Parts: sequence; structure tokens; C-alpha cells
Amino acid sequence: MSYTAFDIIGPIMIGPSSSHTAGAVRLGQMARIILNEEPAKVKMLLHGSFAETFKGHGTNLALTAGLLGMSTADERIPCANELAHEAGIEIQYISADLGDVHPNSVRFELVGRTGRQVTVTGSSVGGGKILVNEIDDFPVELTGEYNTLITVHQDQPGVLAQICSLLAATQVNIAQMRVFRDRKGAQALAVIETDEQVESAVLDLINRLHPVIQAIAAKPVA
Amino acid sequence: MTKGLTIQELVAQSEEANESLGRLTIRLQCQELETTEQELRGKMSENLQVMRHAVEEGLTGQRRSASGLVGGDAKRLEDRRRTGKTVGGDVLARTISRALAVAEVNAGMGKIVAAPTAGSCGILPGVLLTTAEEVGASEEQLVEALFAAAGVGIVIATAASISGAQGGCQAECGAAACMAAVAAVELAGGSPRQAADAGAIALKSMLGLVCDPVAGLVEVPCVKRNAIAAANALAAAEMALAEIESKIPLDEVIWAMNQIGNVMPCGLKETAQGGLAITPTALNLKETFLK
Repeated sequence: MSYTAFDIIGPIMIGPSSSHTAGAVRLGQMARIILNEEPAKVKMLLHGSFAETFKGHGTNLALTAGLLGMSTADERIPCANELAHEAGIEIQYISADLGDVHPNSVRFELVGRTGRQVTVTGSSVGGGKILVNEIDDFPVELTGEYNTLITVHQDQPGVLAQICSLLAATQVNIAQMRVFRDRKGAQALAVIETDEQVESAVLDLINRLHPVIQAIAAKPVA
Repeated sequence: MTKGLTIQELVAQSEEANESLGRLTIRLQCQELETTEQELRGKMSENLQVMRHAVEEGLTGQRRSASGLVGGDAKRLEDRRRTGKTVGGDVLARTISRALAVAEVNAGMGKIVAAPTAGSCGILPGVLLTTAEEVGASEEQLVEALFAAAGVGIVIATAASISGAQGGCQAECGAAACMAAVAAVELAGGSPRQAADAGAIALKSMLGLVCDPVAGLVEVPCVKRNAIAAANALAAAEMALAEIESKIPLDEVIWAMNQIGNVMPCGLKETAQGGLAITPTALNLKETFLK
């Protein structure tokens, strides 16, 4: 692992803990991005150390702040519950055993304004770094450190080739790419981490590809 | 012994180019991050402003942590200092009240700069801002001193760890004390070698420190350890500036810290399963708080 001066002096963040507060904000951000619309109802299942110390570390507030789109340095984090209430978002925190996962883990069960539903599970793995490890039933590995394109598509030949050609045509370089599926011919999920941001026009084109059910582009979490 | 640059190499490069560790770090980071010196200085200057605000806010004593265990101590110390009554003198009192202030703001969900972590965020601002007043340092020198601290912090993070869960408190407050001692020597116009000696002396004196937070919160003993680590850094800088050398070079002290962290039991590494965290009082506090 390599460090820069600003990994050592920084980030600017709301305390008290990089893993329980800053990482939690980032997990909330990722959940909001993956839902891909305004949340209406969110149930958060807190596991391990997240469940035990969330009150003292403000982990619940941080998760909700992230869902509201706040960054790790946003001074409104302590008021996240009130702000979610004002925004008409129903929030529930529940202590839960998520099984054999990292001690700082959370599962979001999200329902969006239009009724779209998604389940996102992730962990805060230290120093504010995060790892999303499950989207619905797909096991994934998503750090949020890169520009990320997430697609849900029919598992059939040529889909990824089409997506990659659109990225190539617009000079977007792929850093990492992984594809997950439950079984052959069913739905598949791809996580494509890129050096450049995927422009909204390109995202529209990807969304229009026939086998693509939904494509989401996320910027690195802040 | 270490991956990447060693402290010895950093000091040698500084001496060869006849520049401070701070300026050297800026130069190296410009290359690594492919950016300009102006951009880097600007970004570090923002960190410095957030540190200043956190000090100011903490000294008002308004902010309390969610558990109620932390808050108001920085103000208590500052109020007493203002009466002119101190046993350790004004500089020490200012240093530790500022370190407490920032650590209290952190515990109370205020805005801070992780330096290198949130749990150890008070040490560098306490030492740096107070030393700057004493030696009349410019804004530019303060930013350079922060880069010197960052340069040394990079070596610690790479060769050992800056995470309490991996290395205990020595990896957080110890690393911060080391970085603060380096920064203080640079601010006071000491040589790169003296800065490294100060860092070594500060870190040596924090070796073995475990991470045993009451109820798992970044409050007790973390906040007061920030103050003590800041005082330690100041003492180390004072010694190094008087040409007192560390008999063990900083690279080897960092190696020792890593070795100690590796053999430290898990219960003493941020799990709240040992040390102060399992004293009767701590267990009582935990129970009261979780109700």
C-alpha cells in the first residue's frame, strides 16, 4: 500500500473515528448511488462493532448522512437523523448478526421513491476505507475509490464487449473489472472501475443497450 | 527493513540538497502526485485552517461527546493557564490545552484533520501551533512543517502501521508524537538530522502503548493521551535541538514499533477487551452508557 502526504495529514473529517464515522459516511454514499434514486425507506442492519458502538461513534448518523449525499467532512452529520426526517426518508437502525463478515459491517435494505428496491452490504475496513461486498444477492468487491460503472444485464454473449467499446470510444480506461452472475443465462452484474469518469451521454448509451437492465455510474466517494 | 524510502534516505537527500525535510517532502510529492507545489501547499494550508478552527472551538468547551465522558477539559486548562498559574510553564500549558481541544472536538463529532488518525488528531496541532508562536514562524513555514511531519508519517505507515487495530496506540499517538517532534524541530530551524532524532526520541518513549478504549469509544483514555503525547513531542524536540542524539536511529525505532505491534495481543488493539477497557469503572461506564 502506498501513502501520500494527504493520507497522513488528512482527511478533513467529522470525528470521532475514521472507520466508524468517515467509513460509515462512505458506505451510506455508496448505498445511495447503487439505489440510483431518492431513498424513501431505509433499514440498516448493523453488525459487530458497528452494532455495539454505533451510539458513541455516531455510526448511525454517519450512515444516514452518506445516504443523504453528505461527504465525510460535512458538519451536518450529527443532525443526519433530523435531516432525513425532514426529507421524508423513513430510517430504521437494527442490530443484527450478518454472519461471517468484517466486524464493522452494515446491510442496507433500501426502497426508493419509485419503489425500486436494493440490498447493499458493505464493511468499513479501516482508515475510512470501505468495501461493498454484496449488491442484492451478487457478491461484489467495490471500494468506491475509483469512478465506477455498475451494470445489471442479461447474461448473454457480447454485452461486456459492447459496454467496453463505448468506454473505449470515449477514452475511458478500465482499471479493474469483475462480472458476477447467479447462473448461466440469468442476470449478471458487472463492476467496472475506471480511471476517467463515465460521461452521462455514454451512460445513456449503455443504458439503451438491449440486454442492459440498468447501468449506474458513480464518482469516487468523498 | 523498510519498503519505500527510509528516514535515513530522506535525511541524506535533505542534507545533499541543503533543504528542510518539509521542502524535500513537497518536492517528492509533486513528482508522485503529478501536481504543482502551489497546489500541494494550498491543500495543506486548508488542513492547517481546519486544525486552527478545531483548536478554537475546543477551547470554548461547548462540545460534548455523545457518552458525556468527554468535553470541557481543554477550557478548564486554558482558564487556569490564563491566571498565570502553571507548574510546567505557559508553553506546555498552551500545547496540551490545544491538543485536548482538538481531541475533544473529534470526540464530539466536530470537524478535524486526521493526523495521522482521528484518534490522535490533537497532537500535531497542539505542538505545531504553539511552537510556531514561540519561534515566530510564518504561514509558509507552518505548511512546510506539516509536510515534514507527513513525510515521516509516510515512512511509519509504510514500514509499520498507523492503525490502533494493527499496532496499538503507539501506532496512532506514538506516530503523531514522532511527527509532531519532527515538525517542531523544523519550525525551530533545526537540521533534518535533529528532526529525525527528535522523532526517534518521541516515538521511543511511546513504544508498547496499547489501544484500550473504554466502551470502544475514541474518548477515554484517547483524549488525554493526545495531551501527553504532545508534551512528549515537545520534550523530544527540546532535546534534539540541544544536539542530544537518539542512540537508536528513527528507522530502527519504527521497526521496533512494528515488531511490538505484531506481538501485541489482540485484546489490546482497539478491541476494548483488555487494559483500561476492562477495569471495573470502565465496565460500569460502558453499561451506563449503553442503557
